[in-house]
Amino acid sequence: MVDIPYQPGRVAAAPARRRRGGLATMMKRKSMVAFLMTLPLIVLIGVLVVYPAFYAVHLATLNKSMQRFVGLANFQFLLKRDTFWLVVQQSCIFAITAVVFKALLGFIVAHFVHNVPAKGQRKWRGMLLVPWVIPPAMSTLAWLWLFDPSYSAFNYTLGLFGAGPIPWTGDAAWARFSVILVNIWYGAPFFMIMYLAALKSVPDQLYEAASIDGANWWQKLWYVTLPMMRNIIAITTLFSLIVTFANFDIVRILTAGGPLDHTHIFATWAFKIGIEGSDIPLGASVSLFMVPILAVAAIFILRDVHKRGNES
Amino acid sequence: MASTLTIDKAAPRRNPGYGSMSRDRAWALKWSYFFLTIFAIFSLVPPLYMLVTSLKSSQEISAATNPWWVFHPTLSNYIQLLTSNQFLTFFFNSAMVSIFVVTITMLISVPAAFALARMRFWGSATLATGVFLTYLIPDTLLFIPLFKMFATFGDWSGIQLINRWYVLLIIYPTLTVPFCTWIMIGYFASIPKELDEAAIIDGASWFQTLTRIFIPVALPGIIAATIFAFTVSWAQFLYPLVFTTSVDQLVLPVGIITTLIKGDVFNWGQIMTGALLGAAPPLIIYAFLMDYYIAGLTAGATKG
Repeated sequence: MVDIPYQPGRVAAAPARRRRGGLATMMKRKSMVAFLMTLPLIVLIGVLVVYPAFYAVHLATLNKSMQRFVGLANFQFLLKRDTFWLVVQQSCIFAITAVVFKALLGFIVAHFVHNVPAKGQRKWRGMLLVPWVIPPAMSTLAWLWLFDPSYSAFNYTLGLFGAGPIPWTGDAAWARFSVILVNIWYGAPFFMIMYLAALKSVPDQLYEAASIDGANWWQKLWYVTLPMMRNIIAITTLFSLIVTFANFDIVRILTAGGPLDHTHIFATWAFKIGIEGSDIPLGASVSLFMVPILAVAAIFILRDVHKRGNES
Repeated sequence: MASTLTIDKAAPRRNPGYGSMSRDRAWALKWSYFFLTIFAIFSLVPPLYMLVTSLKSSQEISAATNPWWVFHPTLSNYIQLLTSNQFLTFFFNSAMVSIFVVTITMLISVPAAFALARMRFWGSATLATGVFLTYLIPDTLLFIPLFKMFATFGDWSGIQLINRWYVLLIIYPTLTVPFCTWIMIGYFASIPKELDEAAIIDGASWFQTLTRIFIPVALPGIIAATIFAFTVSWAQFLYPLVFTTSVDQLVLPVGIITTLIKGDVFNWGQIMTGALLGAAPPLIIYAFLMDYYIAGLTAGATKG
C-alpha cells in the first residue's frame, strides 16, 4: 500500500490561501486541542509514574526514620547481607528458568494448535488460555491448596503410584521449583497466543517452496518458521522477562518468601522490608536493584518494536 | 481415515492427499491431539480443583478420601459466602474500583491516543514512546514511593487517602492507561486518513472527528482496551495489599487472602469458593468476548 504522508493543512491550504490569518489560528488551535487531549495522560504519567520513580531514588538515600541523608549506606548495607545475595540469585533463577520454559512450552503448544484443523483450534485455544485469564492471586490459592502439606492432591495421586509425599512448599529446592512451576502455568498461554498469531502470519507459499526444495520439518522450522517469527519471539520474551522478574503475586501467596527466605525475589523482599518492616528507604533500595535489568530489557524491546514499525 | 477427511475439508490447500504424506499428517494430527489434551489438563487442573473443593463440606475435606472427587456435593460454601456481608463488601469494592477505573482509563486514553495518532504536534512521537516505556515499568517498582507519597500527602493536606478503597482509583490508571493508549494509537493509526480528512473538509471539529468517526470505526479496539483495563483492575493484588488494611475497604483478592486465612487455620472450602467467585467475572467476559480478549493481548506487540 502506498502511504501518502499526511500533511495537515495541505487540504485546507489551497482554498484558504487568501485568509492566511484564519488558517494560522486554526493551526494554533489544532496543537492546542491536541495538547489538551493529551494533558490528562501527561499529568498521570508525570505525577504517578515518573515522579515516584525518582522519588524512590531519593528515598533510598535516607535513613530508616527518613530524616537524615545517608548517601549510599543503604546499598552498602544490602550488599553485605547474605539474604540479599540469596534474593539476587533466586530472582535470576526464577526469571530466567520461568521465561525459558514458558517460551519453549508456548512455542510447542502453538505448533500443536496450529496443526489441528482450523475448526477445532478455537476450542483448544479457549481452554489453553484459561490460566492467563484467572487473576493470578486467585489461581495461586488453588495451587497452594494443591501443594498443601497434609492434604496435597498431588501427593495423594503420587501415593497411588507408591511415590513418596513431596514437600512442595516446605523444602527450599522444592519451593523454588513450585513457584517456577506456577509461574510457567500462568505465563505459558501468553506465549502460546503470541506465537500462534505469528505462525498464522507466515505465508503458506514459503513452506510449499521449502517442501519442493526437499526440506524436512526441522529445516522448515529452522529456516522458515524461526526467521519469520524472530521479532515476535524477541519482543514476547523480553516483555515476559520484565513481568516475571518483577513478579509479586505468585511468590507472595505461595511461599511468602519462605522457607528461610529461599524463594524471595526482589519484589516480595522489598514488600517485606518496606511495608511489613516499615523500613521504607531500605525497601526502596531493594526494589531499585530491579532497574538495571528492566532497563536493558526495555531498551531491546523498544528497538524491536521500532524495527517492526519500520518494516510494516 | 476419518481424521484425514476432516483436514481435507478444513485446510484443503495444505494437504496434497498423496499416500505417505497424508499418513504422516494423520500421525502428526494424532500426536497433536494427544499432547494438546495433556496441556489442556495441565491448564485446567487448578480451576477444576477449585470447583471440586468448593462443593465439599469441611468434614469431607479433612477426611482422607480421594481429593479429586466430591462424594457429598453441597452448596453450603457458596451460601455462606454470598450471605456474608464481609464478602459482599469485597465484591462491591472490587466492582466499584474496576468500573470506575475502566471509565477513567477510557476517558484519558482514547483522546490521548487520537491526538498522538492523528494530530502531530511538538513532542508527540517522544510522548508515544514514553507511553510505551511507562507500560514497561512494573508496579513492584513504584509501590513503595507511591505509598510514601500518599502518606506525605495525607499529613500535609489532611486528606487521608491511605486505607480507603477509592485511593485505588487514582493508582490503577498507572497500570491501565499506558497500555490502552498504546493499543488505541495502533488502532487509530490503521484507520484510513481519507476518512478524517473528509470529515475536516466537511467542517467537523477535531472533537467531532473523534466521536463521530474514530470511536465507531475503532470500536473493536476500544472493546479490547476496556476488557484489558477491567481484567487488570480486577486482578491487581499488590496495590490493594499495600494501600488498604481495614476489612471494609478491601477488594476481593486481598479480602479473601486476609480474612479467610485465619492464622494457621485454612478453611479451604470457603477459600476455593471465594477464589472461584473472584475468578468468575474475568472468566465470563473471556467466555463471551474471547476474540476481543485475544486481539487486545496480541495488539501490544503486533500493532504500533
